[in-house]
Amino acid sequence: MSDETILKVDDLKVWFDVKKQGAMPWVKARKLKAIDGVSFELKAGETLGIVGESGCGKSTLARAVMQMLPVEAGSVVWLGAELVGLDTRHMRSHRKEMQMIFQDPLASLNPRMTIGQIIAEPLKTHFPSLSGDEMKKRVQDVLDTVGILPNLVNRYPHEFSGGQCQRIGIARALVVDPQLIICDEPVSALDVSIQAQVINLLMDLQKETGVALIFIAHDLSVVKHISDRVMVLYLGNVMEIAPARALYAKPMHPYTEALIAAVPIPDPKREKAKQIMLLDQDLPSPLDPPSGCVFRTRCPIAERRCAEEKPLLRDTGEDHKVACHLR
Amino acid sequence: MTNISLNPQQPKTAAMAERMAEVSGRSLWADARTRFLRNKAAMVSLVVLILVALFAFFGQYLTPWDNETIDWNVLGNTKELGRPSLANGHYFGFGESGRDLYSRVVQGTQISLMVGVVGAAIAVIVGTIYGAVAGFVGGRVDSAMMRFVDIAMSIPYMFVLILLLVVFGRSIVMLFVGIGLTAWLDMSRIVRGQTLSIKNKEYIEAAVATGVPTFTIIRRHIVPNLLGVVAVYATLLVPSMILTESFISFLGLGVQEPLTSWGALISEGVKTMNYGMLWQLFFPLTFFVITIFAFFFIGDGLRDALDPKDR
Repeated sequence: MSDETILKVDDLKVWFDVKKQGAMPWVKARKLKAIDGVSFELKAGETLGIVGESGCGKSTLARAVMQMLPVEAGSVVWLGAELVGLDTRHMRSHRKEMQMIFQDPLASLNPRMTIGQIIAEPLKTHFPSLSGDEMKKRVQDVLDTVGILPNLVNRYPHEFSGGQCQRIGIARALVVDPQLIICDEPVSALDVSIQAQVINLLMDLQKETGVALIFIAHDLSVVKHISDRVMVLYLGNVMEIAPARALYAKPMHPYTEALIAAVPIPDPKREKAKQIMLLDQDLPSPLDPPSGCVFRTRCPIAERRCAEEKPLLRDTGEDHKVACHLR
Repeated sequence: MTNISLNPQQPKTAAMAERMAEVSGRSLWADARTRFLRNKAAMVSLVVLILVALFAFFGQYLTPWDNETIDWNVLGNTKELGRPSLANGHYFGFGESGRDLYSRVVQGTQISLMVGVVGAAIAVIVGTIYGAVAGFVGGRVDSAMMRFVDIAMSIPYMFVLILLLVVFGRSIVMLFVGIGLTAWLDMSRIVRGQTLSIKNKEYIEAAVATGVPTFTIIRRHIVPNLLGVVAVYATLLVPSMILTESFISFLGLGVQEPLTSWGALISEGVKTMNYGMLWQLFFPLTFFVITIFAFFFIGDGLRDALDPKDR
């Protein structure tokens, strides 16, 4: 890992228009604040884990960084270039530098194409001058790298298992030598044993190629295993961002505490003795988020001030940032 | 975990790969083909259809008579002299105006099949592209394109077709234009619906994330995944095109002499039904019915073969 910052996201906001079904065209749409002011940095070769419960904006954040969604405000600076507002053609030249891996391994591969064609697609898009033989060579190399026999290039996705499909997805991301791979819950759909294989493959690849990873998951132990730093999202806001070890050892935000307390311990005795910190209520609607701190409605230690003033992300030293008035 | 070959000194996969030749996979199309070949009704229909097509192309060579010469001897007394007979080579007998009915049916089969296939082809090409673009681009473009389809569909097409044929003269080209104008509307709706469901699949997202241009995505990812539905609908569209043309010809507005079609021949046959010249109705009608049945069975078979889950 070097110290060079490759990605700098600053106060990113992604809002969706929500209209009632059959509403008149002049009715003003309500804004769903899926991402509401997220800032973070990513260094070359680093792994940033993003955790949070369902609907907190993890995937939206990933797609917004990739410029696959319209961004309301904020900036995404990639290798010194601003990506927000870039036109399709200029954006395309950056797309080979950042690739993505998806949650459902089989659904992310076109069933009508052979895996050779699937993996060659980014090459065809970004290096159209490559000859057929060079392309084939490159595809077979990546397949070998991810541990799939290169002579299977003419097979179709449905002939592979879930874990193999995810490897093929990784091969597709790797084929253009990206500097960042965004992994959107790459192991949630896999068996536990296969999860380990895929995660270790990703870590080995990172060691080999120095690619940076943004790793989205809701499984905290997986994130702990792979990440250098972890970011905790809640309702489109960053709650806490810290080096993985520090975050798990000494969580500062009450929400992070609750999340970590909810991780099951694979030891029945300790699991029974564990104090569970339950949060009441459900996630509030992002259409109508609470005033002040978005977490205050479920926070065990909320005070009056939390409803009035939105806490800013504040550095508490050693790269540990937290958005809470009280910690 | 250890079998992941990251470094080249793991010879296992590499050496194995060299020993094994490239394996070819079974595509979804190959699977569908196997299922289709197992469907007896569809296979019989396919054979029947091939025979009908061969009849259209080569049927003329099996008879010494052509479809133009009028036999003046028969003309006055078709009922007695114009019966089907193997002996004199008029296998299907004579038609109303003293011409060999066999040759006329060959000619009618050519025209009817052409109308069916060309009409369906126009519908498939225009409808698929239109629907896929509307569905994939979405938003206002989609609304505008589909509202246009709605408006076009609300006009009774038979009325438009008849008007076209009356105003611009009755010709086969005009018939194609008229059928082509309306046939793609349904197709574009079906394709748009399918595109909407395919559009949200992750492999489309993967292609977008990679930076594949929009029209390449439509061509490479959307259309191949649509083709199953399109193929089924197209096989069902061919008989409906033939039916439309026959109906128009039956009314006397469609194909004009000296050309003919199944609809025109059936229409002539119906006129002489009461005088006991049933063969003039029987032969064109038989071809018409078995062809339409064959297309429907093939369409059914294709649907079962392409979406095994939907059965």
